[in-house]
Amino acid sequence: MMPYMPLKRTCREVTALVIAREDRALPWRERLALRLHMAMCAACPRFERQVLTMRRAMGAWRNYTLEADADEPPAQDRADARDARDARDAPTR
Amino acid sequence: MPAAPPLTDFEAQLVALRPYLMRFARLQLRNETWAEDAVSETLLAALARPQAFAGRAQLKTWLVGILKHKIIDGLRQRGREVCSDGVSRDDDEDPLSSMAFKADGHFAELPADWGDPEQDLDNRQFLAVLEACAERLPPAQGRLFLMREWLELSSEDICKELDLTPTNLYVQLHRARLRLRACLEIHWFAGKPVT
Repeated sequence: MMPYMPLKRTCREVTALVIAREDRALPWRERLALRLHMAMCAACPRFERQVLTMRRAMGAWRNYTLEADADEPPAQDRADARDARDARDAPTR
Repeated sequence: MPAAPPLTDFEAQLVALRPYLMRFARLQLRNETWAEDAVSETLLAALARPQAFAGRAQLKTWLVGILKHKIIDGLRQRGREVCSDGVSRDDDEDPLSSMAFKADGHFAELPADWGDPEQDLDNRQFLAVLEACAERLPPAQGRLFLMREWLELSSEDICKELDLTPTNLYVQLHRARLRLRACLEIHWFAGKPVT
């Protein structure tokens, strides 16, 4: 039994590291601890995928807003968002 | 009284793009006066050097490039004001505490599976919800977040431009990102419209 586990992190700590990585380089020890935790946790990889999706979404948003058809403010789309979502989730019969 | 000279074609195009530029200036600056200033300076700069546009593919892309520079200038001039207003309101809650963790620091429940992101990234409505969620961040947090994500500045540059400590910046960005995550979860991935 190890009384002191310098590389052990809780999900809460890992969540903070995954977010921090978007804005700064993590020290090697934190990177290693992150990888070790990810290898044995079911929840944190899901959170990590959410953060990666957000990263790619911001990139897609930057490109999209420069496209020719992005003139209208997206506010007009908001009312449609639910319909689109509902349509996507509708069970296939 | 002499009539005002008619707008040239180039001027008319610039005027037509003013609302488009204001949308980004408002989103980034979160202050109507600052946004008006940045957009006016952008249009004046474009009018003064129409030859600089010659040969470029897209007027819009060119203008947004100028706007970004004008906005960075504006943010630098306002310095502390950019990240100080609303700080007490911004600080009242750590969004991490709204996520379900057990006492031992483990997730109380699995974070939601957001599914296949490709499907969403091509979707106009998703990008509209994303923008609406960014718009709803508290002002100081929203400015810092968009300096990273729209102006694409490094954390080091943001600290330098605004004379901000890295710790302070990282706390604000951490909160902004968690708020955005929560907003997307509620308003897109759980299927509720942004109101």
